[in-house]
Amino acid sequence: MPSAPVPSAPMPGSRNRSLQAFAALLLLLLAAPLAIYPVFLMNVLCFALFACAFNLLVGYVGLLSFGHAMFFGFAAYVCGHVVKQWGWEPFAGILAGTAVAAALGFVAGALAIRRQGIYFAMVTLALSQMVFFFCLQAKFTGGEDGIQAIPRRPLLGLIDIRDDFVLYYVVLLIFSAGFLTIYRTIHSPFGQVLKAIRENEARATSLGYAVDRFKLIAFVLSAALAGLAGATKAIVFQLASLTDVTWQMSGEVVLMTLVGGMGTVFGPIVGAAFIVAMQNYLSGFGEWVLVIQGAIFVATVLLFRRGIVGELLALASRARGDAPSQGADIAAEEVKPAE
Amino acid sequence: MFELIGVPPQALFGQLLLGLINGAFYALLSLGLAVIFGLMNVINFTHGAQYMMGAFCAWMLLTFAGIPYWGALVLAPIIIGAFGIVIERLFISRLYHLDHLYGLLLTFGLALIIEGLFRRQFGSSGLPYANPIPGGTNLGFMFLPWYRAWVIVFSLTVCLATWFMIERTQLGSYLRAATERPDLVQAFGINVPRMVTLTYGFGVGLAALAGVLAAPIYSVNPIMGANLIVVVFAVVVIGGMGSILGSILTGFGLGVIEGLTKVFYPEASNTVIFIIMTVVLMLRPQGLFGTPK
Repeated sequence: MPSAPVPSAPMPGSRNRSLQAFAALLLLLLAAPLAIYPVFLMNVLCFALFACAFNLLVGYVGLLSFGHAMFFGFAAYVCGHVVKQWGWEPFAGILAGTAVAAALGFVAGALAIRRQGIYFAMVTLALSQMVFFFCLQAKFTGGEDGIQAIPRRPLLGLIDIRDDFVLYYVVLLIFSAGFLTIYRTIHSPFGQVLKAIRENEARATSLGYAVDRFKLIAFVLSAALAGLAGATKAIVFQLASLTDVTWQMSGEVVLMTLVGGMGTVFGPIVGAAFIVAMQNYLSGFGEWVLVIQGAIFVATVLLFRRGIVGELLALASRARGDAPSQGADIAAEEVKPAE
Repeated sequence: MFELIGVPPQALFGQLLLGLINGAFYALLSLGLAVIFGLMNVINFTHGAQYMMGAFCAWMLLTFAGIPYWGALVLAPIIIGAFGIVIERLFISRLYHLDHLYGLLLTFGLALIIEGLFRRQFGSSGLPYANPIPGGTNLGFMFLPWYRAWVIVFSLTVCLATWFMIERTQLGSYLRAATERPDLVQAFGINVPRMVTLTYGFGVGLAALAGVLAAPIYSVNPIMGANLIVVVFAVVVIGGMGSILGSILTGFGLGVIEGLTKVFYPEASNTVIFIIMTVVLMLRPQGLFGTPK
């Protein structure tokens, strides 16, 4: 890894610091729709949650999944179907999507953790391609058309979410819940074991931890939260389509997390905002978007592997004159994917 | 004519032949991946893009330079292989000291760039490439087009030649030794970094060769490699990358199984390889020819 390994024990007080940072971000997001188009913001929040869920796995357990789109996209289909065809209330639809993504995550995770490192990435990629073909052929997904015009029914029968402003705050609530779940997980004893597995799987095993079980729980949690993001996106855009289950989408979430900073708490949010904004501004340039995304991948891997947030934190800790390892715990932890 | 389980033999053997041809591409591509992975520990995500470039290189040689298929069969792998060497020197060689996953991410990014550029230039509809050996022969139970027979025989020859080179020659023994202990081999005075570069070029050349072979069968288009590579990854997981002969056998075998599925249960033909992968992961996680860690 590019720099000296970083101890995972957080400095006293640094945990409060990242919670304070989140509170500041939340205030910013509460006011944001006054200045920025709410649909764009909701798109960013959905992808930010997706990237945070992905980061839980790659950044804290060291497992690179190259098939996370299967949870994101399939949950969107499930949510779209139960809301549109069965007339479910939107929250129930989102929960249904999340639950199905968790179940899918259990199956995919149980298979994928049987291999390590590069094989793990290839297995998840292949499994997600299988889900893609299933969605292409299954009846309920609507094939090439997807599920369109998913209604925005009143939330809990009370709140009218046809207004984008109202829906924005609902999405913000869902995002915050997902984010805090991940935050809590990382900073729990469970999370410490995950980091131990990332750093040295053999030693974690020898200390008596059932490594596979920990990996599987983390995988299911990550899949469920990716599903939560996908299902929410289906309600926002009133659409569930094949785009969200392609392996290119899996690549996109990898890119967001990489650019923002793998293994940092806020990196995936920054990365998602950056990539979604870029796609928005460049949408007129057609195939160039693909080329630019590829170039960002190459540049990030070669030049700043810690990502935007990771590099900023390293810079900040250097400016304070700390040893490089003593940055805030929210980020300086380098990613150490398993062999 | 007789019928097999309600399937006319023409359809059955036709799909079998198509399956063998797809199997030939799986074998060539997974062989290249295995050779590269063995020495460099990098999974080459650009492999699909390089296969596509091989096909485009053949098309450009024909269209702009008038060089026919047979010339392209030799030239395209060399040109694309050389391109691979440049990529290895410029980018991939900087990542050897890092975790293998960075190699995967880098080559994925490169694949996006290449694919995007080709799509920008050529659209995604596909360009025709004329069959160099038209016609065929009637075997009684089926019609065998000459070109398809050629693809199977030629790719099998290339696969076996590669196997012979790696397992039975002195050069191959250096290669295998460097896979195990690069530091020791270097200490014996063999230039390991150069060997790594050339091996990458060779693996890429194999992908380009598969691309040239595919050009007359499938139309030449920028996305031809993108979806194929995911299937080839599944093939690699099933076979395990430890054994050269294993890669070849798995490639051809899975092609045939896929062809048969098209006859008997077409709905599953896209997914059968992934389903087999799932079963193999459950029963023999290290892959059919892999060695357990």
